[in-house]
Amino acid sequence: MGKYNILKHELVPAHELLSKEEEEELLQNLGIKREQLPKIRKSDPVIKILEEKYGPIEPGRIIKIIRNNSRTSGIYIVYRMVVGE
Amino acid sequence: MSAEISKGIKEIKFALLSPDEIRKMSAVKVITPDTYDDDGYPIEKGLMDLAMGTIEPGLKCKTCGGKVDTCPGHFGHIELALPVIHIGFTKEIYSILNATCANCGRIRLNEEAIKEYKERINAIKSKLVDVEYDDIVSEAESEASDISICPYCHFENRKITLEKPTTFREEGRKLTPKEIRERFEKILDDDLVLLGLEPGVARPEWMILTVFPVPPVNVRPTITLETGERSEDDLTHKLVDIIRINQRLRENRDQGSPQLIIEDLWELLQYHATTYFDNQTPGVPPAKHRSGRSLKTLVQRLKGKEGRFRSNLSGKRVNFSARTVISPEPFLSVNQVGVPIKAARELTVTETVTEHNIEKIKEMIRNSVNADESSEYRPAVNYVIKEDNKRMKVTDKNANELADKLQLGWKVERQLQDGDIVLFNRQPSLHRMSMMAHEVKVLPYRTFRFNVAVCTPYNADFDGDEMNLHVLQSQEARAEAEILMKVQENFLSPRFGGPIMGAIHDHITAMFLLTFRNRKIPKELGIHILSYVNVDKLPPVHKDDKGREYFLGREIFSAILPEGVNITFKGKINDKTIDPDGTEGLVIIKDSKLISGAIDENAVGTMKGILLDYIIRKYGNARAAKFLDDVTRLAAGVISYIGFSTGIDDEDVPLQAKAQLREVGLEAVRRVEKLIENYKEGLIGPEPGKTLEDTLESLIMKELSKAREKSSEIASNYLGIENSTVKMAKSGARANMTNLAQMAGIIGQQSIRGKRQHRGYTGRTLSHFKKGDLGAYARGFVTSSYKEGLKPTEYFFHAVGGREGLVDTAVRTSRSGYMQRRLINALEDLKVSEERSVVDTEESIIQLVYGEDGVDPSRSFGGKSVDVEFVLKEKFGDKYGGEKQ
Repeated sequence: MGKYNILKHELVPAHELLSKEEEEELLQNLGIKREQLPKIRKSDPVIKILEEKYGPIEPGRIIKIIRNNSRTSGIYIVYRMVVGE
Repeated sequence: MSAEISKGIKEIKFALLSPDEIRKMSAVKVITPDTYDDDGYPIEKGLMDLAMGTIEPGLKCKTCGGKVDTCPGHFGHIELALPVIHIGFTKEIYSILNATCANCGRIRLNEEAIKEYKERINAIKSKLVDVEYDDIVSEAESEASDISICPYCHFENRKITLEKPTTFREEGRKLTPKEIRERFEKILDDDLVLLGLEPGVARPEWMILTVFPVPPVNVRPTITLETGERSEDDLTHKLVDIIRINQRLRENRDQGSPQLIIEDLWELLQYHATTYFDNQTPGVPPAKHRSGRSLKTLVQRLKGKEGRFRSNLSGKRVNFSARTVISPEPFLSVNQVGVPIKAARELTVTETVTEHNIEKIKEMIRNSVNADESSEYRPAVNYVIKEDNKRMKVTDKNANELADKLQLGWKVERQLQDGDIVLFNRQPSLHRMSMMAHEVKVLPYRTFRFNVAVCTPYNADFDGDEMNLHVLQSQEARAEAEILMKVQENFLSPRFGGPIMGAIHDHITAMFLLTFRNRKIPKELGIHILSYVNVDKLPPVHKDDKGREYFLGREIFSAILPEGVNITFKGKINDKTIDPDGTEGLVIIKDSKLISGAIDENAVGTMKGILLDYIIRKYGNARAAKFLDDVTRLAAGVISYIGFSTGIDDEDVPLQAKAQLREVGLEAVRRVEKLIENYKEGLIGPEPGKTLEDTLESLIMKELSKAREKSSEIASNYLGIENSTVKMAKSGARANMTNLAQMAGIIGQQSIRGKRQHRGYTGRTLSHFKKGDLGAYARGFVTSSYKEGLKPTEYFFHAVGGREGLVDTAVRTSRSGYMQRRLINALEDLKVSEERSVVDTEESIIQLVYGEDGVDPSRSFGGKSVDVEFVLKEKFGDKYGGEKQ
């Protein structure tokens, strides 16, 4: 079976890597420390796909996930910090 | 509340008590099985020796010199003539016996294997995961027990079996505890890790008792009955047995009695030692008291619901609380709770005397004189607490004196009075509305009473339910409870954002009777009804053509509405036969006048009440509480004066209808027979995804449910709105049309797991039918009605279906209870932060915005943040026509 870009699957929400500037702005806006964010593993299949696009993603970077299936608010955005393993 | 912590617990270690340790911690060697002498003085070297502490005031402990309240108690010991097995360690003894060599005492593994296991144990040591260590130990032991020839001394070990509870046999020959102990003594300390023991704190031979510890007397106190008779604790009784047999065993052994006698006594000692630890050991008859009651020994003290852990350590009891049976009281507000005088006199609130309340409190203290004899309830004072925290009970004699002496800064424990804030709770407390704050109303008799509108959140009824009440003790607690927990603050449920309280049962019936077809109510009657509620203005009086004066039901109802109500909604009535022009089903309220429509479940009912919801949102909780109180009172008035009753003859249908219903049943049975015939002849083809049999089943099911529907239709045609049960069903007060159809017409198919009944005997459900009969009757179709009664076979099918329902609820409650428990444990310390994000105790974010939309459901409109329709209508009134019209 050929390699499939799971981000293109309808059940997988859109994932984006934030730039360093965007990261700073986000943390500023939320008024929190980076470590307080939910986590995503570096070994997560989505990170693998994103690395093909952005190059290596080291732990500590922030991923923006845009979900459009929230039953209360429709579109809902979460941020996750990449952790090792 | 800032007591210094003197010592902290860093770790807990479990080890075995060695005989030396038992002797070392012992204050006395117990040798006589007696307790007290004839004067009631503890016998020396007996089981109640003063060296083990004292339980009698006046006597001093011989070991520490302390009295009853200061002596912590001290252990004693018994030297056993011959060793016995500790029942708690039989499993360990068994596996160690089989894993070690009987000759040299080494573990039956070669050097390499030992090394390997030790390495694995060292590897997990840092992780402190006991489960893994236990796994390695059992692996090592089972490997060792598979090797019979000792790798060290080449002795051929024989298989040892455990004969429950305490007999070990080596190929049939009985091993005495003494022999086992001798074998265990040979085991090397180095091998112990592989056997699950820690060298230094545990030796395997310590699992065989040679010295028996005797617990301090305050662990097993003597009880003195009123008659002066003394009764010893169960543990003491057991220790007496042990000492007696031990003595006889020693005598016989020393005299060189026959082996048989010694063995018998030894066995008996083993029995007593076993039951001393656990009196419910499988295979051992429990030791009994003279009366036949089995003794409560060590394990029984700790185990189970009544054991030390669940009952005394986890179970907490609180002061300032009361519990009694509940009953309804429509004249109480939803915010109130009726407290019986007996309870109110017992429950207290602590108040500090200030210059503002001193006179009042003095009066209350004086109320204490013959308080129970006064005709009306006046709160009195139970205790006066002086500045030095000295408590003085207020009695008939000293009340007046205390009142005169009362000083500022003193405190009094005052009895409950009307208006006090208390918490009221019914278990199981499944949601936050299970515990709400109420205002006290002291009432006669012995039950707690409340407005039936709050039955729903508590899930209470009055078939003997009991509820708990807690009196708040601090000003802060009262304020917090009033703001957050009061009944009126919980009208809107956080589950679905609608009213969880509202009218139920008779209240809905009453509102319906009052407003349906705008009932005319004779003036006199109307005045009586209106006297139940406080209204400022009487509704207009009308005159009929004979000159009789009357009120209109809808106008009476309008009298309790707040000012400015403008709302239109669909009622529950949706039936052309009773409401041909649809005016009953469409509720229109203009300027607080009910113009059309019947008030039913959809207007004021729990969970559904649209009008109620509207009033809560527009006028606030306090006004909504008033409205609910008025509905309750009005309902009581209406139903008392108009009258309402139902009976079995409500389900009477004319003969003609009966014939029709019977025909429906027979027709269904015939159709099913036809289907089966077709199936047998192969005229039915399978539906997609189904076997032929399944297809037939679904066709039959369809046919039978059609029959029930048809019977339901016929029944409703003959049961009109003038019928009381129909009134209840249509207004949503209780029951539904299906229930009525089952009483009057056909009960219908009884199912198991959604299928027709099919289990029972081979090939048939009951022995009344032929094997392989697929017909309607043979598979649980009931053509009788509840009223006429069921045929025997039908009765059995009905019982089967009913049982399934019971089992389902039983299973569901336990399962969902456990699920909820796990959820609560997982989520209990999450909170919504000031930024509206959900965070845990480390302030880590769980959800950026609470619920993803930041809406608190209990302050929402059915889950939505804004009710746009409502806002537009309020702003523009009639100019905004609304979406639907």
